[in-house]
Amino acid sequence: MRRVIVIAGHYGSGKTELAVSLAMRLSAQQDLEYPRLAVVDLDIANPYFRSRERMQLLREHGVSMYADVFQSTGTTAELPALTAALRAPLEDEGCRTIIDLGGNDAGARVLRQFRKYFEGDAHELWAVVNFRRYETLTVEKAREHVEAIAAELQLPVNGLVNNTHLLRETTPDILREGQALAEQLSADMDIPLLYTCYPAGIIRPEDIPDLPRLMPLGLYMRPAYLDK
Amino acid sequence: MTTDKVLMKGNEAFAEAAIRGGARLYFGYPITPQSEVPEYMSRELPKHGGTFIQAESELGAINMAYGAGAAGGSVFISSSSPGIALMQEGMSFLCSAEVPLLALNVSRGGPGIGGIQPGQADYYQVTRGGGNGDYRIPVFAPSSIQEAVDLLYEGTELAQTWRNPIMVLADGMIGQMMEPVRLPDFKPVYAPHEIAAHRDWACTGFNDRGGDENRRVVKSLRMQPEKLEEHVEKLFVKYARAEKELVRYESENLKGAEVVFVAFGTTARICREACEILAADGIKAGLIRPISLWPFPNKAFDEIDYGTTKAVISAELSMGQMITDVQLALNGRLPVALAHRTGGMVPTSPEVAARAKAVLEGLK
Repeated sequence: MRRVIVIAGHYGSGKTELAVSLAMRLSAQQDLEYPRLAVVDLDIANPYFRSRERMQLLREHGVSMYADVFQSTGTTAELPALTAALRAPLEDEGCRTIIDLGGNDAGARVLRQFRKYFEGDAHELWAVVNFRRYETLTVEKAREHVEAIAAELQLPVNGLVNNTHLLRETTPDILREGQALAEQLSADMDIPLLYTCYPAGIIRPEDIPDLPRLMPLGLYMRPAYLDK
Repeated sequence: MTTDKVLMKGNEAFAEAAIRGGARLYFGYPITPQSEVPEYMSRELPKHGGTFIQAESELGAINMAYGAGAAGGSVFISSSSPGIALMQEGMSFLCSAEVPLLALNVSRGGPGIGGIQPGQADYYQVTRGGGNGDYRIPVFAPSSIQEAVDLLYEGTELAQTWRNPIMVLADGMIGQMMEPVRLPDFKPVYAPHEIAAHRDWACTGFNDRGGDENRRVVKSLRMQPEKLEEHVEKLFVKYARAEKELVRYESENLKGAEVVFVAFGTTARICREACEILAADGIKAGLIRPISLWPFPNKAFDEIDYGTTKAVISAELSMGQMITDVQLALNGRLPVALAHRTGGMVPTSPEVAARAKAVLEGLK
């Protein structure tokens, strides 16, 4: 895993849950090469369910959080007014940085103004795919989205993350169906499939021993009452 | 029926359900937290032979809806609280002229331009109406994306049957959250040349029907008071029937309940979790969930266990608006209290449970 992880994908593919879960997981590990850890929330498309809403939790776990200029005021505006401070983790070679982009190619566009940080090989771009999202139910549809994002960013996609799920209604078979489609997408695009995510607390890893490179995702963004 | 469930964001699912239910004309103006609806419509509606127009404002949108609806089109509009406020004059005109419309309000915090987080302080606006004159609009408040899909799918036909605007009120949380949904099949729609025959009131041009005596008029201006009174009384015969036929609600655990919550939309889901918290503390709590806000489900309140229930709590994302209807429905049978947050703040379930305990304690 390179120093800077850029997480892109279709609207609602699970970029934010992945960013927060990954940050929480990395915060629990000692990293001698990258002693500092940051999340940069570049989602300026969504008004709700943004990783900056979990700033307090992340800070409690030693993770720095960068988002918009309003982040210290609690303002919830979805304005494209990013803080200049977010360049700090991009420039800090001792800081592991997770970048959470907005959805689709339109949401990813905001990264282009920082392109000078992505000219070398300090970063990798991940594309998250959920084959149960209505607009990415097939390999072809998912591929269109991944290609549009890569074209928008003018960066190659270094890895795919399969995040096929149906929230509380996720079953091991839904994960297996997603895995088959993700493997096909990976082969078709010649991009490695890095991880397969599963919703922790709903699915146990022992339910899916046949699936490789598993990554548990917490439901950090979702209030519990939504599943009543 | 699409057999497999898919994961959708509320606003995307609302738009898809409206298309599947037969809506083919959309006029709107973007506003958070529902901008994904016009975005989706602009992309998907033309694929189904429909037309999307981004209006210059919400006033433009509602008046386009008035014109297209009067011509027999199946129109869907959506907006959020302050945008719906701008449309109120048009709503009154549509009701007067009996023009069908499916409308969606993904509500946020107010008053004024307010904020972009979820709110339910549009209750008075949608159930009492901000437009002038004697009129009524049936309003349905889903508490899940699936329920919203089902209501919006049904909505176009309902609006045509009743020849009246039908509104779906989904707070911002339901618009922005994701949930698994099962999408219904596409309903057949009339081709433009078939509309005149099926919608025998619509202004489709009378050349083919021949002669002035066969003309159709859709209007709200009536300058003779006798005629206007007659028209309004005719509307109210329809509304009286709606009060019987369009009542929808769910009730849970009313038998033996010590306290009963009344809540719609997102707040109902919070109350459901609050009921579990109270049950763990030995307090039995029930829930009345109005789905139709107008007509308000008064009869649900006859199901309350008056032998055990000591208080009713109206839980709202407002300073207390539905509570007026709760008090009217109870007609003095039980004390009514409010559990609320406003301005886009959403209460936690423990907060609502604590409020219920405090209310019960205060009655001792």
